[in-house]
Amino acid sequence: MAAKKFTWRLVRTDTPAWWMTPLIPLLALIGTFILTAGLILWSKANPFEAYYYLLIDPLTSRSMVLEMLVSATPLLFTGIAVTVAFTTGYFNIGAEGQLYAGAVAAAGLGMVLGGLPPVLALPIMILGGFAAGMLWALIPALLRVKWGVDEVVTTLLSNSIMAYIVSAILNGPWRNPISGWPQSPDIAASAQFFKLIQRSRLHVGFILALATLVALWFLLTRTSFGMKMRAVGMGKLAARFAGINVDRTVLTAALISGGIAGIAGVSEVAGMQYHLIGALSPGYGYTGIIVATLGSLNAWGVGFAALFFGLVNIGAQNVSGALRVPIFLSNIIQATMLMVALGMFLLKRYRIRRS
Amino acid sequence: MSVIEMKNITKQFGDLVANDAVDFDLQRGEVHALLGENGAGKTTLMRILYGLYKPDSGTIQVDGRPVAIHSPKDAITNGIGMVTQHFALVPPLSVAENVVLGYGSSFIYQKSEVEQKVAEAAQRFGVDVNPTALVRHLSVGQRQRVEILKALYRNARVLILDEPTAVLIPQEVEMLFETLIRLKNEGLAIVFISHKLHEVTQITDRVTVLRDGQAIGTVLAAGVTQSQLAKMMVGRESFGVRRQNTSAAAGECFLEVKGLSANNDKGLPAVKDISFKVKCAEILGVAGVSGNGQKELAETLSGVRKPTAGQVLVNGINVAGCTPTEISAAGVGRVPEDRHEGVVGEMTVYENMALDHMDDFVHRGILDRKRMVRQAEELIAQFQIKARPRDRVRTLSGGNLQKVLLARVLSRNPRLIIVPQPTRGLDIGATDTIRRQLLGQRQRGAAVLLISEDLEEIMALADRIAVMYEGEIAGILPAAEATPEKLGLLMGGGARHTHTEEPRPPVEHAGREVN
Repeated sequence: MAAKKFTWRLVRTDTPAWWMTPLIPLLALIGTFILTAGLILWSKANPFEAYYYLLIDPLTSRSMVLEMLVSATPLLFTGIAVTVAFTTGYFNIGAEGQLYAGAVAAAGLGMVLGGLPPVLALPIMILGGFAAGMLWALIPALLRVKWGVDEVVTTLLSNSIMAYIVSAILNGPWRNPISGWPQSPDIAASAQFFKLIQRSRLHVGFILALATLVALWFLLTRTSFGMKMRAVGMGKLAARFAGINVDRTVLTAALISGGIAGIAGVSEVAGMQYHLIGALSPGYGYTGIIVATLGSLNAWGVGFAALFFGLVNIGAQNVSGALRVPIFLSNIIQATMLMVALGMFLLKRYRIRRS
Repeated sequence: MSVIEMKNITKQFGDLVANDAVDFDLQRGEVHALLGENGAGKTTLMRILYGLYKPDSGTIQVDGRPVAIHSPKDAITNGIGMVTQHFALVPPLSVAENVVLGYGSSFIYQKSEVEQKVAEAAQRFGVDVNPTALVRHLSVGQRQRVEILKALYRNARVLILDEPTAVLIPQEVEMLFETLIRLKNEGLAIVFISHKLHEVTQITDRVTVLRDGQAIGTVLAAGVTQSQLAKMMVGRESFGVRRQNTSAAAGECFLEVKGLSANNDKGLPAVKDISFKVKCAEILGVAGVSGNGQKELAETLSGVRKPTAGQVLVNGINVAGCTPTEISAAGVGRVPEDRHEGVVGEMTVYENMALDHMDDFVHRGILDRKRMVRQAEELIAQFQIKARPRDRVRTLSGGNLQKVLLARVLSRNPRLIIVPQPTRGLDIGATDTIRRQLLGQRQRGAAVLLISEDLEEIMALADRIAVMYEGEIAGILPAAEATPEKLGLLMGGGARHTHTEEPRPPVEHAGREVN
């Protein structure tokens, strides 16, 4: 009873071919196209046209490119935040809550810093947001380090707690006195991030995000702490044997991660809304996890992934406008693309062999 | 007629031939040993018989008729039972439930009736277990008995035991042997996989020796000495690398351990009030059967396990309870027992080579990776490591992995080196390189603490030999006076030289010959 022999087999490999890495995005795109083409046809649109408006047309318009960068800004921050934590083997799912912690700090500080010049007000807000995110990340981090409580659960639940805290503040002390909406009073003009380009929404937060990205690259590749983070994340026992203080490394990384997520909140409050609202983030903290994963926890990869998400966000609106297809069709494409891309990363570890 | 007859069994894993045209037969009422070094193919052969692996070629006959065994279920149907090293028990369930699990035919589970039946079976086979006890609460030895009972309950006529004594304490080994002899007398055929010579000659009737996947021969246990078996097993008289001068110009004492105690992972005392010294330019070998506290001793000295009492004086300074970094700074080179726990597989060779002293490579706050790579290149050449600096460590073989760890430690010229099980599982080439390096360190004037379960290795390298037994030092002998008989006796807890640096007059030893 011999098993059927297949001529081709998937074989696990430890040494992926170099040409696989650039091939993955292309294959992911083709795979997504095949999977979603039927749905697009069903909506009575041409799939090729739809993909053109999703991915290429936005890049031909100056205003849409700028909007893409605006959209990528918070994702850069949260992607970086998640990368710092995940690299160290600390699965921080709480970037969303930490973002709101930073946003609360920014809204609060922005209201009282009116007297200061921007040169002082902006750094104070940014540091305040960093500190707030760090503080919100501290409790789950301590629970993990001291008692081994699973941080996935605690950071995830702390997001809900923060959402209710924000709601409580907005419906209580910070309810807008004029409109009565659950929306904090606007921050002082001197505390607002200035625009980088006239008549666009691109603000200084984008530059800050790029600087943070460079800082992440430096941390991970050029410092001994970055190497310790990676060692702890990928080989806790070996790290411990080599004399690396595992608990301290995890705690530090968790706090840096929370702080950077906090800056995402500052950037959204000071650069976009100028006040705190409950719907400040449509899940930037969670999308940051996907950005970090798609970017393979590598600084440049995270940068590209965040920009790509920005592109798809803008492209999605573009498609539905141009082809009059429902907007949720773009959401489906977005989600499918994610799944396919993640699957492709797994496939990278395999080779096709003739048996 | 043989109960089991395996003919021409061949099994390949990739390029490795695990079994090469092996013949094996088993009679009713015998204990048949499968003897061989790690990786000789013993477990593979029995996993084939139990249906866990499919042979590439060869036939199996049960009671003279050819059978196809595709799964453990087929094996059980043919009356074959196997107790693996890792038990397949469900801890929260009771002994009786574990025994009948997957075997009972009735849909309704009658607790008292099942317990009654299991109790009767236990009685009948003379296996001492309490059917109502939860497996979770049982010791390793008791769990093993449950596994044996499980096989017998399924009407096994052939019982395969894969290194059954590896996990047992001596008293439990005694009990196991009594059980096996009783079962044998009742007509059961038992396969006893082992690499321990004394067990094989003590309990078995026939011995089949495997080496590098081939069956070297089958002999009657009664007509063979341990040294003959050892020769069949290793195929070589002694190792190439040996200590040359017996009495090196041993310097002053560099490491002094005083009354050291430590607990194991379960919080039970594993190292009990141990004292010894290691001098410069000396190798102190620590011998002992696995699980007698050697692992905990190495971990405590390496700073990854906290001692409960005692002092560790390195060059006169007490480092007991210090962090690994502090102990390294005191001039101690530490290699972990499990080499995979010493390296980060996903990181590169050059990063792993700097893992415990990467701050040395920081220049003005920036990690100097070029210098790390340069250092790695030098070490790779010096230690003949088959790897490139930027290779991921997980792609390396065990021997190269061990060389990476040793290179990392020796690159810092430590004055004391702690090496537990440095050559375990390595091929002969890698083993020789590692041993040569250790002797080179001794020549350089370093103190070496070599902890090994490989007696030949200890005898070939060490200047003095300490034997650990149940967490204590059973005795310390100069290499010149250490014979396998004396060491074997100490390892078995036969004669104690507790806490003495000077050996007593030669120990009386049992009649068995060990070489």
